[in-house]
Amino acid sequence: MNLWRDIKGTFQPFWITLGYLFKKPVTIQYPEEKRIPPPRYRARIVLTRDPDGNERCVACHLCSAACPVDCISMQAAEDEHGRRYAAWFRLNFSRCIFCGLCTEACPTMAIQTTPDYEICNRNILKLVHEKEDLLVDGCGKDETYNFYEHSGIGVVNERGGNEDEYGPVDPKSLMP
Amino acid sequence: MNDLLITLLLILVKLGLIFGVVLGMAAYLVLAERKILGRMQLRYGPNRVGPGGMIQPMCDVIKLITKEDFIPDRADKWVFLFAPGLTALTALLSFAVVPFAPPLHLFGREIPMVVCDLNVGVLYIFGLSSLAVYGVVLGGWASNSKYSLIGAVRSMAQLISYELALGLALVPVIMTAKSFSLTEIVMSQADWPNLLRHPLAFIIFMIAVAAESKRTPFDMPEAENEIVGGFHTEYSGMRFGLFFVGEYISLIVIGAMTTVFFLGGWHGPFLPPVVWFVMKVLFVAFLFIWARGSMPRPRYDQLMHFGWKVLLPLGLVNVVITGAVLVALNG
Amino acid sequence: MASLLFYILGFIMLTATLLCITRRNPVHAVIYLVVGFFALALMFYLLGAPLVAAWEVIVYAGAIMVLFLFIIMMLGLAPQELPEGPNWHRWGPLVLLSSSLMACTLLLIFQDPAATEIIGTYYLAPQELGEALFGRYALAVEVVSFQLLFASIGAYMLGRSLPKEDDES
Repeated sequence: MNLWRDIKGTFQPFWITLGYLFKKPVTIQYPEEKRIPPPRYRARIVLTRDPDGNERCVACHLCSAACPVDCISMQAAEDEHGRRYAAWFRLNFSRCIFCGLCTEACPTMAIQTTPDYEICNRNILKLVHEKEDLLVDGCGKDETYNFYEHSGIGVVNERGGNEDEYGPVDPKSLMP
Repeated sequence: MNDLLITLLLILVKLGLIFGVVLGMAAYLVLAERKILGRMQLRYGPNRVGPGGMIQPMCDVIKLITKEDFIPDRADKWVFLFAPGLTALTALLSFAVVPFAPPLHLFGREIPMVVCDLNVGVLYIFGLSSLAVYGVVLGGWASNSKYSLIGAVRSMAQLISYELALGLALVPVIMTAKSFSLTEIVMSQADWPNLLRHPLAFIIFMIAVAAESKRTPFDMPEAENEIVGGFHTEYSGMRFGLFFVGEYISLIVIGAMTTVFFLGGWHGPFLPPVVWFVMKVLFVAFLFIWARGSMPRPRYDQLMHFGWKVLLPLGLVNVVITGAVLVALNG
Repeated sequence: MASLLFYILGFIMLTATLLCITRRNPVHAVIYLVVGFFALALMFYLLGAPLVAAWEVIVYAGAIMVLFLFIIMMLGLAPQELPEGPNWHRWGPLVLLSSSLMACTLLLIFQDPAATEIIGTYYLAPQELGEALFGRYALAVEVVSFQLLFASIGAYMLGRSLPKEDDES
């Protein structure tokens, strides 16, 4: 009956809320309790090194181009062997929206997101991180990947000498 | 003369006690409501300031006092300024007739535990509750804002409609007590409370009183998600605080009224009467907080239909039945 | 003490009523009228009729004035749009009526200047009033209540929205 349904519908919520009153709240009380985010969480951005301990970044500017809020800037440089690196690398965390597009753009897996989400600072200028702040000593997510073992100029192996790589194409030859 | 002086002094002491206790209770009811609602929604509620959030009310008061007291452009200034005080005042004044314990015998004097035992106490409370609407209405009108005006008009219509049901729910209580005095109503419930004698009247009373106090199932005058806070949209600082405190004082008044009219006042086994009274008041306050955590807000026309077409006829039928039964019992 | 209170209340009441009829803003007028009703209610209390005082507050200040406010707010009467002062066609009959009332009062006062017939202080208990209303004057009360019923049914008949003619076809 309709009236019975209405009366039931009036008193049922009271029973439910009374039940919830004695349940443990789901709140995580932040400064004391901290949630451990999953490993692929997108928070603080770092620059990683390859397994040999060298910088992975080749200053290709792809991350800077992919960044929707333009918070990454860098200056490219070359060492005496022609290997490119970033002379300076600047990431403004006060602009960063943690979208992770830079990590998707990066060909060398240098720029990566980490689960460390506590970046807040009272001084906004301290949120502009330079290369020294960003560079870490580990490899990040892919511990075996080294860009120069798959591509690029001869830093690890001779040019074109990697296993999954052709030699350089001779532009003067007509052969495919 | 000496006797008169002592009587006057006693009244002043009782006034001060009630004032302090009621204001303190109102402040901590806010905290209790926030915490209970939080637990009902599986969160903790305020628990940062002091142990378990116990200093939160003080912090709220400091915040409200130090905020800017903003008066909107082209508002009716004087009406805008006194309206919140009116709300808090009418709520506080209701306590003058509420008896919270049986008369005390001290040094050969009988000290009634009520500030002023009016023989028309019920009507006094009705009068004040019908005046409480003025604070809301004038505040809403003086704000010179459409949302405030809608809130004011809604609260007027709602209060007028539900006051009738409220009055009719109390008629059976007065019929059994044969008096308008609140003390005598409590006395008449010495054997068993009116809740068991008049269950229908109790249900009508609770619904009507929730509508009177604009508590959540009936909070159309301040419905946050349709008219942005209604009558107190334009208020800030301590003037908003006065509206807020008035609302919680009226919650305690409702608790006291329900206790006096239906739950048997201070009567109860084992514990001292005052403790029973406070426990009952807090229980009723908890009921209203519970309802706030559980009930959705009805539509405005549904509210009006319910008030006039369901609650009012039910109240009338209840009065007639109670009268018939009383006449039959008395021969 | 009581007579002093009486004069204070009387002063408040007269001032509030005067302010009420001179205000341009209808809401302000209603506020002053409510203040006047309050003073009147307290005066009833002083005169030994607490029940009448309570009704004064509940019915007049609490219900009727709220309805006035309701109408004022629903119509949104702006204080600027009031017409100019009424001409003598309007206030002529009023003056006639009130002056005749005043004349009657003055006549009464002159007949008995010392006011020897003082109405003694009498305390009206709620029970007594109830017994008088539903015992001695039961017929009158019933007649009045029936008239109110007829009036409300008539108001409903006049005010109801008639079904549109399209619905019948």
